[in-house]
Amino acid sequence: MLKARIFVELKPSVLDPQGKAVTNSLNTLGYNQVADTRISKYIEILFSEGSEDEVNRQVEEICNKLLANPNTEHYHYTIEQAEYS
Amino acid sequence: MRVSVITFPGSNCDHDAYEVFASKGHQAELIWHKDTDLKNPDLVVLPGGFSYGDYLRCGALARFSPIVSEVLKHATRGGMIIGICNGFQILTETGLLPGSLIMNIGLKFICQNQYIRVESSNSPYTFNIETGTPLMIPIAHKEGNFYIDMAGLNKLQDEDRIIFRYCNAFGGIDEQSNPNGSIDNIAGICSTNRRVLGMMPHPERSVTESVPGSDGAMIFAALEEYLTAFS
Repeated sequence: MLKARIFVELKPSVLDPQGKAVTNSLNTLGYNQVADTRISKYIEILFSEGSEDEVNRQVEEICNKLLANPNTEHYHYTIEQAEYS
Repeated sequence: MRVSVITFPGSNCDHDAYEVFASKGHQAELIWHKDTDLKNPDLVVLPGGFSYGDYLRCGALARFSPIVSEVLKHATRGGMIIGICNGFQILTETGLLPGSLIMNIGLKFICQNQYIRVESSNSPYTFNIETGTPLMIPIAHKEGNFYIDMAGLNKLQDEDRIIFRYCNAFGGIDEQSNPNGSIDNIAGICSTNRRVLGMMPHPERSVTESVPGSDGAMIFAALEEYLTAFS
């Protein structure tokens, strides 16, 4: 089986209020070297069948159609062999 | 007026919206998101709430409900659609309106009465309401921070498509009166043909005398006047 590991991230130009709040908290904890934090989504999809090329094509489509909003987000992913558990 | 209010799993302002029209004698229908018949309405309402639990992104999953294909056809025919709060989020996710609603800058869910200023009377929803009029209308959202890139913002400004902006009680636009960080204080925008409106504030919650304000009624009255004038 193939597993896609997909990251959906806010574009650098889009403000991430959650990331900003986490940066503030980390600075308060004494991590003064922390300059910025960005919070992203991580999504795993398991495919029951299909070649790597076919899965690649589908993941691309899935990201464009649903997982990422092109106005505010971009995505990247890797595809690897996996066992269904 | 024939009005179809769509109920998605998680919608919670559908009955309020229905009541606004039904109580004034309009032919209102509640339509389940799995239906495929819009019932030939003059106006479609995409109500507020948390469709599909706001999973993935607000409005992202509602876009694939069966009725939404019919809503898109209605828009293509030049039909009127108002998306309120979650409805606005759905309209941006379907691409009927540009931009996105992202998390409020302060990270908090905000529920309060809020002034918004009518920026253009050139829409069915603000017909005959003088530009610059401040309206007090409640907001209740966590993802209402309107974002669009600069090219998109310039286009909205140039085409006079910003219909409402957050303001103070006197109609002044400043940072203090912007509750959620929306770019250019934007609270509501319309489509190129001006018939699709998305707005974060809830006019359907400020219609009757039983709540602190009734400015929302002006938007529904504007719609009635518009339809009387042009149908």
